[in-house]
Amino acid sequence: MGKNKTKTPAKSSDAPTALTLSEGLREISISEFFTKNRHLLGFDNPTKALLTSVREAVDNALDACEEADVLPDIDVKIRPSKGEDRYIVSVTDNGPGIVSEQIPKIFGKLLYGSRFHVLKMTRGQQGIGISAAGMYGQLTTGQPIRVRSRISRKHPANYYEIQIDTTRNEPEIVKSHEVEWEVSRGTQVEIELVGKHQRGRRSIEEYLKQTAIVNPHACLRHEAPDGTKMTFERASHDLPDQPREVKPHPHGIELGMLIRMLKDTKAKTLKSFLTTDFSRVSPRMAQAICQNAKLYERARPTRIAKREADSLYKAINETKLMKPPTDCLIPIGEEQILLGLKKEIEADFYVAVTRPPTVYRGNPFQVEVGLAYGGDLVADEPIRLMRFANRVPLLYQQSACAVTRAVGATAWRNYKLSQPKGSLPIGPVILTVHLASVWVPFTSESKEAIAHYESILKEIKLGVQECGRKMASFINKRRRAVEAEKKRTYIEKYIPHIAGSLAGILGLPDKKRDVMLEELREILERSRS
Amino acid sequence: MKDCEGLIKKVAQKVYSNIHKGNKPSLAFPIRSLSNVKYDPKRGFLQIGKRTKQRTLTVNTAKTFAQTLRMMELSHQLVQTDDIATKREAYYVSKNWDDARFDEQSESDDIMDDVEALFMVNREQIGFVPEEKSGEVAGNLVVVDRDRESGERLEIDCTRFGTGAYSIPISVEELGFKTDADFILAIETAGMFQRLVKHNYWKKANCVLVSMGGVPTRACRRFIRRMAEAKKLPVYVFVDCDPYGIGNIYRTLKVGSGNAAHINEYFCVPKATYLGITPQDIIDYELPVHPLKEVDVKRAKDALKNDPFFKSQRAWKKAIEQLLKLGKRAEQQALAIHGLNYVMEEYLPEKLANPKKFLP
Repeated sequence: MGKNKTKTPAKSSDAPTALTLSEGLREISISEFFTKNRHLLGFDNPTKALLTSVREAVDNALDACEEADVLPDIDVKIRPSKGEDRYIVSVTDNGPGIVSEQIPKIFGKLLYGSRFHVLKMTRGQQGIGISAAGMYGQLTTGQPIRVRSRISRKHPANYYEIQIDTTRNEPEIVKSHEVEWEVSRGTQVEIELVGKHQRGRRSIEEYLKQTAIVNPHACLRHEAPDGTKMTFERASHDLPDQPREVKPHPHGIELGMLIRMLKDTKAKTLKSFLTTDFSRVSPRMAQAICQNAKLYERARPTRIAKREADSLYKAINETKLMKPPTDCLIPIGEEQILLGLKKEIEADFYVAVTRPPTVYRGNPFQVEVGLAYGGDLVADEPIRLMRFANRVPLLYQQSACAVTRAVGATAWRNYKLSQPKGSLPIGPVILTVHLASVWVPFTSESKEAIAHYESILKEIKLGVQECGRKMASFINKRRRAVEAEKKRTYIEKYIPHIAGSLAGILGLPDKKRDVMLEELREILERSRS
Repeated sequence: MKDCEGLIKKVAQKVYSNIHKGNKPSLAFPIRSLSNVKYDPKRGFLQIGKRTKQRTLTVNTAKTFAQTLRMMELSHQLVQTDDIATKREAYYVSKNWDDARFDEQSESDDIMDDVEALFMVNREQIGFVPEEKSGEVAGNLVVVDRDRESGERLEIDCTRFGTGAYSIPISVEELGFKTDADFILAIETAGMFQRLVKHNYWKKANCVLVSMGGVPTRACRRFIRRMAEAKKLPVYVFVDCDPYGIGNIYRTLKVGSGNAAHINEYFCVPKATYLGITPQDIIDYELPVHPLKEVDVKRAKDALKNDPFFKSQRAWKKAIEQLLKLGKRAEQQALAIHGLNYVMEEYLPEKLANPKKFLP
């Protein structure tokens, strides 16, 4: 605030009026929205933008393959383009392909295809996804998103170049034609963008490696800008089951969501809205809710949306309901986690735990923990923690995440690791924590850290503890073996001196000395156990 | 002299037969510390108590057990061949023992002390001799020794070393003494000893001067004891007035040490008395002082609480309490404040005029 601004209202004739103010109002374009909110979408800086683009494309590809019951084969190629810090990201899958007419909308329209009011455990949750990456590329390089897709060998491949009309949020087809393509079925997306390629903890390699760990049924290939190639082989031929769609549980929704559902519902009465648009609401329970809210069962949902949504929301939360169904969750499974860990990490000991599904605020979720110990892993640094939500690695904001908190709050000293108070323990360990849920509660839209819900923290801790206990018993067993071996060599070192000096003092012949040596060995071996 | 060879063989035989029976062999060592001694004023020295520590052969004790037996074997060899090894030499011999070797001499010294206590002999009897200087003697004394090769009788006149002195040998058992001195004065520091020798104080006072150079070695203690008993001489001790001079130097000379209590009977001088410097001297002679350090205070309190000798002597209790109350200490050489030769001309004559006032 400048000094010359005071609280006294200006009395001059050019004081703003409602009329002049309204001139300033206009619909903000989608590109403006994007530019202003890019940090929320994972495009805050060039390094992250490159990773986010790859991530969106790979997540889409994996989802598409699994939906079509195909073992995913995914190629990720990053090529440098003309101009500084410009790259072409190219992701090719062997999925079902996309029919020609759908291609422009999927890649050229933001928020297209997002499922309203239906929950399903999928990788991409908000559906901002790949078109946002395309938008980012378009904004930074002016280049359209390029798509090749083919639905079967019998059909030709289609090639599209699509721009997004940023004022209308509509796809604009730059080019489209049939094309020769050696791939018999699948989709390839190419985005040219300004980015920064880096290695290390938050690199594309790391993202792919972690993805490979929790998706052992996928084969991922990668080519870096400098031409180095890397393959994460498939370790399992079992495709994960397809998650079922579920309606939301009343206890899991927020007021805004409730209002939107009331507005959009096809139901004609409040009671039928409650029973048909939600899970676990029987007619009897719907009646109870209406009574609690002092609302007429046959009221029109749209009317409720305007005036009484608040009391309905309260009544819903005050009414005891059956817990949501949990069969909509598809965990990775202990066996698959072990396969993933073993193929990507050299270690001496592996363990995995899949916790039973449970519920936070009306949303079913399930925690899975994997642990690799020893081998070539670094022993004198904090353990490596890998966080996953619905099989997607979370590489950013580790310290803000519920997983980190729960792991830090676990008493690792009980499991033979040293631990600075409240922090990650020190030791040669990679710990993977997977949260599967139809609605993963992230702390922000960028989907990088899981929110600290008590029941989630508790489940993570329980899973981590179980893995910790198993690791500790492995460490103990190994330590005992090492100690036994050490003792044996220790005994072997000193008993010759005992036998030798006694033989020297007593003038015993060598034969008697050797007998004594054997007797000593027996005495000490016995005393060990 | 005990039959050390036989003793060693007996212990070895017991260990051997235990092994042969399939039992864990075990050695019992008397505990060598002040906590395992008692003081009987009639006998006049710190006697070793009955408490022992067992060294049983287990995986964890295998190394120490092996080293103990190796040390016994070395001792056996020395006794058999009538040879000796210094503590340092024994440490170097251990370098042949592969993994059972000692890394520090302090470790081998410790095992050697264990073996010595195990047989209840002084280490010289089992072939081990100390490295350290034993002490020096000047004054009205002739030491009768023998020539190593010829066995010829040698008479060593301790008045004829000029400004130097006679060195007490490591083994003093065979020595004889001739003197008509009135007393023996055992002195803590070499500096004070030199002053008294330089001015022929022994002639003036008709005495034998012994420089202990700190805590007296076993040989030094034994030398004074034998000389005093043979010639019926009183022994007066002249040390710094601090908890170390009193609690370590004087106490060890008079009643022996806690660490080698099994041999104290012979290696102490129960008849010795404390000439000075007493805490009262600090006041009477207005001596320049230093404050007691933390370690001094601890040592003094420890003497009052744990030392069986001081605990049994009221006069000492009072003196140490006085010292603690003063919170100061004074060195022998502090007497120099009154003139360099004040100690010979005033202090010692005054004190010697009244030996009854010495501390016990």
